[in-house]
Amino acid sequence: MSGTTVQDTAGRAAGGPVTTPARRTAALARAELTLLGRSRSTLVTAVLVPLALPVSLAPAVDGMHVQDAGLTAGLVLLPAAIGFTLLFGVYSALTVIYTARREELVLKRLRTGELRDAEILGGSALPVLATGLMQAAVLVAGSTVLLDVPAPKEPLLAVLGLLFGLVICAALAAVTAAATRTVESAQVTTAPMVLVSMAGSGVAVPLELMPDGLASACALLPLSPVITLIRGGWTGSLSAHDALGAVGTALAWTALAVFAVRRWFRWEPRR
Amino acid sequence: MNTNEHVIEVTDLRRVYGGGFEAVRGISFHVGRGEIFALLGTNGAGKTSTVELLEGLARPDGGRISVLGHDPCTERAAVRPRTGVMLQEGGFPSELTVAETARMWAGCVSGAGPVGRALALAGLTARADVRVKQLSGGERRRLDLALAVIGGPEVLFLDEPSTGLDAEGRRDTWDVVRALRDAGTTVLLTTHYLEEAEQLADRLAILHRGRIAAAGTPAEVTAAQPSRIAFELPEGYLPGDLPPLGELGVSGHEVDGRVIRLHTRELQRAATGLLVWAQRTGTELRRLDVRSASLEEAFLGIAREASNGMANDAVNKASAEAATGRTGRRGRKSAGRAERAEKDKTGKTYGTEEFVA
Repeated sequence: MSGTTVQDTAGRAAGGPVTTPARRTAALARAELTLLGRSRSTLVTAVLVPLALPVSLAPAVDGMHVQDAGLTAGLVLLPAAIGFTLLFGVYSALTVIYTARREELVLKRLRTGELRDAEILGGSALPVLATGLMQAAVLVAGSTVLLDVPAPKEPLLAVLGLLFGLVICAALAAVTAAATRTVESAQVTTAPMVLVSMAGSGVAVPLELMPDGLASACALLPLSPVITLIRGGWTGSLSAHDALGAVGTALAWTALAVFAVRRWFRWEPRR
Repeated sequence: MNTNEHVIEVTDLRRVYGGGFEAVRGISFHVGRGEIFALLGTNGAGKTSTVELLEGLARPDGGRISVLGHDPCTERAAVRPRTGVMLQEGGFPSELTVAETARMWAGCVSGAGPVGRALALAGLTARADVRVKQLSGGERRRLDLALAVIGGPEVLFLDEPSTGLDAEGRRDTWDVVRALRDAGTTVLLTTHYLEEAEQLADRLAILHRGRIAAAGTPAEVTAAQPSRIAFELPEGYLPGDLPPLGELGVSGHEVDGRVIRLHTRELQRAATGLLVWAQRTGTELRRLDVRSASLEEAFLGIAREASNGMANDAVNKASAEAATGRTGRRGRKSAGRAERAEKDKTGKTYGTEEFVA
């Protein structure tokens, strides 16, 4: 630690470029990607579980009378698999990441710098969101080959559904992290959202197979419009009215989650 | 260097945690460009609570802060590219290596210098590929400091920069801070090490229970304190055998068994008078200790008040809580957090040795 070095550093002239939001977010995302590669438990939850679950679900789907609802096994399994990816690969994984960074005081440290709050949350989420996107692509390719799923009739709806899913899951992960004390307790705090979505959002059981009253209530759950849009994208049987309804519900959840993050997100450890 | 320009200006600042714990109770001070200003205080005095407000991490509950002419909380974008911050602890992911950490931070700081130079500054070039969790406490502090200054900040906030460092590491840190000041950086630091404040600070404020108890240059703060003469009176002597204390320029005295302590603002006159008397009467003054006023005295005086007041405080707090009824669950937790934030740093209470320079 010599004095002369300090003086060099202190002078603005020696400095690098002025940062931009994109540059800062990228720097943070790159570090998070490295961390993701080093966290075995997060990798297992984020990558293996979503890929393994649909396989175990396949026999159960065969037992359902999906044909009665105008569906095929593939058209049930693909949205289900994407749903699992969103729940485990994005929502649960990101809840753990936000909680871990907060408890290590990383979020507080980052907030002392030029990064804005949205850049911190976004940059931390980027690697996991990219992983989720890639997994969805792998699932689509896999089910096309293995389950004879035809090409989507309305690809735009499917893409829209997937994007809504990523945003809603990321924002809800931040909200959940606010209520999560430690990385370990994330398993408990993420359970309600995971279980409710699996049961009620058409992930494990398609809404089409539910009684009408229950189905319309379940349609209001956060992941329901996502799954509806994705499945509708493939079947092409979603009416304009239903599609708009799903988009509206998804927008409402996005707005609600963003509001909740701004209101309740914690940047410093819960003690 | 124009020290008349106030880079940091704080007016009647207040911070109240949920639950009513008032950590900062109306403090005002200013820091000129190129100055090192130290906030000195015991644990729980409100140092960190104050610095966090200056860093813009939280909104004050009262008063005004101006850093480089802007509000650090509401005008973040204008202030942050020109400030550097070293938090009291941690803040880097434990699984990243030193080099990865530095690269990440450099990517987020305008005008960041080369990562290699920052690591050289921290003396961590050989440890570049080591994970942060494997660094020693001192290495982590050095990394933290090097990254806080990587963008060449105009204003640097250091929250207990040398806590946990050994003597050599502390001196290295002081060298860095002085060099930065000499290059024009304004530095605000908190410390509970007297020696650090005495060595580094151009001006300082002693914080005590959320208020400024004394402020000025180290010399000014010291000058407000009396000097001290202590000695042990031999058997058979009574305090009344001493020459009239008032005539020696002694302003006060304490008797503790056989030990006498005299306070004076005229140390030479008092000491001479005492020693002349001792020689004339053939009295042996054992354990004679003549000490001019020091920052240590000022600090210890304030700390003594604090410990005397502690018992009363506990009672007051308990009755206040009883009077207001149930405090909200959340509120009480945040209040506890605030107190812990001030207390946790060293994990030990104050022993006198920490004050002794």
